[in-house]
Amino acid sequence: MLEAKNIVKTFNMGTVNEKRALKGVSLTLQDGDFVTVIGGNGAGKSTFLNAIAGVWPVDDGQILIDGKNITKLPEHKRAAFLGRVFQDPMTGTAASMGIEENLALAFRRGARRTLKTGITNSERTLYKDTLSRLGLGLQSRMTSKVGLLSGGQRQALTLLMATLKQPKLLLLDEHTAALDPKTARKVLELTQEIVNNQHLTALMVTHNMKDAIQIGNRLVMMHEGQIIYDVAGEEKKSLRVEDLLHKFEEASGEEFANDRMMLAK
Amino acid sequence: MASLFNALPGAAAQGLIWGIMAIGVYLTYRILDIADLTVDGSFCTGGAVCVMLMLGGQNVWVAMLGAILAGMVTGLATGFFHTFMGIPAILAGILTQLGLYSVNLKIMGKANQAINVDKFDLLVSLRYIKNVSFFKNTIFIVTVMILVLILILYWFFGTELGCSLRATGSNDKMARAQGINTDFARVLGLMLSNGLVALAGALLGQYQGFADVNMGRGAIVIGLAAVIIGEAIFGKIFHNFGFRLLGVALGSIIYYLVLQLVIWLGIDRDLLKLLSALVVAFFLGIPTWKARYMKSGLGSILGKGKGR
Repeated sequence: MLEAKNIVKTFNMGTVNEKRALKGVSLTLQDGDFVTVIGGNGAGKSTFLNAIAGVWPVDDGQILIDGKNITKLPEHKRAAFLGRVFQDPMTGTAASMGIEENLALAFRRGARRTLKTGITNSERTLYKDTLSRLGLGLQSRMTSKVGLLSGGQRQALTLLMATLKQPKLLLLDEHTAALDPKTARKVLELTQEIVNNQHLTALMVTHNMKDAIQIGNRLVMMHEGQIIYDVAGEEKKSLRVEDLLHKFEEASGEEFANDRMMLAK
Repeated sequence: MASLFNALPGAAAQGLIWGIMAIGVYLTYRILDIADLTVDGSFCTGGAVCVMLMLGGQNVWVAMLGAILAGMVTGLATGFFHTFMGIPAILAGILTQLGLYSVNLKIMGKANQAINVDKFDLLVSLRYIKNVSFFKNTIFIVTVMILVLILILYWFFGTELGCSLRATGSNDKMARAQGINTDFARVLGLMLSNGLVALAGALLGQYQGFADVNMGRGAIVIGLAAVIIGEAIFGKIFHNFGFRLLGVALGSIIYYLVLQLVIWLGIDRDLLKLLSALVVAFFLGIPTWKARYMKSGLGSILGKGKGR
């Protein structure tokens, strides 16, 4: 499915601000894998997701999806294979466009944009159905501007948009971190539901260790631009938060002193 | 008073012509979220190409088509600077605008070229305002053109391609994540915008009977003024995209009528551009003032807000 081979990325190379964000990250996902990614600030979690999405070119390494080398493809071309949800609810949607227009944009991901109408009536029916399954009442506000929605609603919509056209890989970059606990819970449940129903392959960055253990079938821990721990199956299910903290200290030789993660356990 | 009323139809005609230009500015400024300064140059390019083609014996429609194409090329240049070379949009526009000064001089061969309404079959002219048949009246012709243009733009921005331009201007990160080539969208938007601006230049060249290398100076400010006036007056009534464009065109007419009034009141004409700049600056500042003094500003004065 996804093969990331020895990905290297350095920001601000040759300056005092040089930051080696990814130091040779390799990860292979099987079809249907739902992998959670944890790690402290600056571990390279988001950078790794951005490398896969093609936000900027990587310095070294290869990225393959279904055997196809996409390392040199620009971001908008890779979008054909990827569904993405970001940490900031503002990032995933176009605020000045309507709910249905946003969905229509997502529906055409990977297709050529032509002079055909931007949204057809049969699509509207489809979107209405899909939205009503969210249970947020958005199906009656199809033409409302997305800018009027709450963060949680926008994030749920972004999730729908990311999966409206079956992506080969779903990239979730701390997509519940900016939401209040209750909404975060709801969006997370929705995420699991969609991933299970559509049998998606997904990579989810989270700072919540409990979620990281409970959700998905595999867990990777990153530290200073490298994967330091990779666990799957039964072993992952039996993990406790304490085990993860211990693993981190063992692998990194440091104490896990990240407030956000400590609080989130 | 009589002189004011005499001047109003001409002011309205000019306002309509600049309205087309303002719609072009709207496309970049509001839809693509780019302040494109190319327009100060491409406006003149449109006028120059149109007049020169007509002087060379071309039909007025061919001449205007040539002007539109030339305008699109200027947008392409700015788009190239901006996307391929990574130059900030505002600077890219300034570079093209500066370069176009030379290009426009070369197109015309000198600083201005006249075209005589008696010898050439012009579509619009300041002579076609009064004592002319209704269908030949410049006000009528430009009004029809604006309505047709709005219809075309309304259709275009409802297509898949048009929606991708709107998405790019609204949130380019999201647009790329949804597979939209945002560089292409920006270049296309700049081309469309400058095509319209050049068409307005072609019309103004005919209207005033000459193209001049300085005819586009400050065009961006007039365009922004029209956009802002249109939104301030009609923004609450017009929500549909097509009507918003109409609001911009009406804003341009209002701008020219007010300008005519100010001239009639006896203001020193040399001060007009300064006045325009200040008025536009004032209106552009309103959103910031609103944000600073209406909500958080008031809150912090009352000791409840987060303050700064």
